[in-house]
Amino acid sequence: MAARPESEDIAMDDAPTSHQPEVKDDTMVDDEGEDVDENEDDEEEEEEETQRVKLLPGSTETAASFEFANEGHTLGNALRYVIMRNPDVEFCAYAIPHPSEAKMNVRIQTFEGTTAIEALEKGLRDIQELCDVVTDKFVAAAADFAQKKAVTA
Amino acid sequence: MPHKPPTQEELEKRKIVGINLETVTDVQSTDFPGHYPGEDHAWDIERFKKGFSVEFHQNDPYEASFSLIGCDASIANAFRRIMIADVPTLAIENVFIWNNTSVIQDEVLAHRLGLIPFTGGREGLHDFLKWFKKPAEGEQPNCTDYNTVELALNIKCEHNENADPNETDPTKLYHHAHVYAKDIVFKPIGRQAHYFSGENAIRPVNPDILIAKLRPGQEINLTMHMHKGVGSDHAKFSPVATASYRIMPTITINQPILGRDAEKFQKCFPKGVIGLEKVTAKEAAQKGSGYEGYEGKLKAVVVDPKSDTVSREALRHEEFKDKVKLGRRRDHFIYLVESTGQWESDAIFLESVQHLKEKAKSLEKQLINMVR
Repeated sequence: MAARPESEDIAMDDAPTSHQPEVKDDTMVDDEGEDVDENEDDEEEEEEETQRVKLLPGSTETAASFEFANEGHTLGNALRYVIMRNPDVEFCAYAIPHPSEAKMNVRIQTFEGTTAIEALEKGLRDIQELCDVVTDKFVAAAADFAQKKAVTA
Repeated sequence: MPHKPPTQEELEKRKIVGINLETVTDVQSTDFPGHYPGEDHAWDIERFKKGFSVEFHQNDPYEASFSLIGCDASIANAFRRIMIADVPTLAIENVFIWNNTSVIQDEVLAHRLGLIPFTGGREGLHDFLKWFKKPAEGEQPNCTDYNTVELALNIKCEHNENADPNETDPTKLYHHAHVYAKDIVFKPIGRQAHYFSGENAIRPVNPDILIAKLRPGQEINLTMHMHKGVGSDHAKFSPVATASYRIMPTITINQPILGRDAEKFQKCFPKGVIGLEKVTAKEAAQKGSGYEGYEGKLKAVVVDPKSDTVSREALRHEEFKDKVKLGRRRDHFIYLVESTGQWESDAIFLESVQHLKEKAKSLEKQLINMVR
């Protein structure tokens, strides 16, 4: 163990998985300060603007953990599934570190050639496409069912 | 070694969760890249479109049942969870009690009122009404026509002068001995008169919900404010009584089950799942089919596996050992959605799909924002 070379890993104390107060991390955009004066008058805009996704410390290009505020198993598991269907992804999992914190973490590790952020973005896009297909098929099936019922009645 | 593509039979087999007497097998989905060497399981929207289908079993305003076939449990569960907890409805949120001399305490009465499901014009409910923003401590609430619906309940119990002297039924002896949901009066404000007039008025789904019982001299005077909310905040905002799914059961008869055994086998399942048919001459003539010499005798056939409860009763009997295999289709979800009345049942599902899409869309935007 002692002979272990200096790795990119970060000691546990430096990298809490959640409930991280304001981290001064250069990969993260700290937009809180800029927002205050701009959106004073428009309340709805302000709500839209709060950053709900952030990159947790200790992340590299191909292996990253993301923290989603106010998300749970609903999105977590669905997102995990579509990301796992991406052949460029080596590993994907989600967790809710503590049930009384409204936070959901997603871990993505990709193979060389793509990045974790790209894989997450593709996952979110895939969910949107999937939803369109489900809506189309559902509406068609409902219309079909109504028509069949009208014929037999 | 070149890879052999899986046969149709093999692909069907992969979808089945095995259900044995004491154990279950093949529970997890395997449709991930890298699970089967040499096979392509990458997410592809065109392939999903081809493999996915929806089948309706029932579609009534208060109850809808349909199957989603060809999707993963994580997706099906997301829709179910959203239907219960994230589709918004209008419900009583604040009750201002001016006078309540009934035996029901103010807070209990307020809670009962909150749980009453209401309905009204769909356009007004879904498009016109917006979220109400909770005021901060010490701030005045911003109640306007597009975020608050006002209701009133003013009722007093009095003696009925015309009642028979020997009458014992309190509903006949007194006026307003029972307070029902239909006694709640909707007070339209501003543009609400346009959206919620006539048959579109805000009203309880069931007018006969009993709210309180009164005796002469007791009265209830209160006004109520309704706001939009979601089920994750309080169950009264949930648009569904239940939204659930079952996974499609499968029953495979591997060896013929005949005669008295067939009748016993039928009794192991709910009504209608197993049917009895006569062995045809053609089947009896076929060598090695197990039907030889049984022409005209009854055999068990699977008629309606969807109605099975997967009780596993058939597996408990020695005579059916190795003759039957029970399972479930992992990618076939039979939903049952029961609306409380504010939405059409099928519209709740469509809204849940839309909600998941919006969620993903807004997070995609946030992610791009984060990287920037």
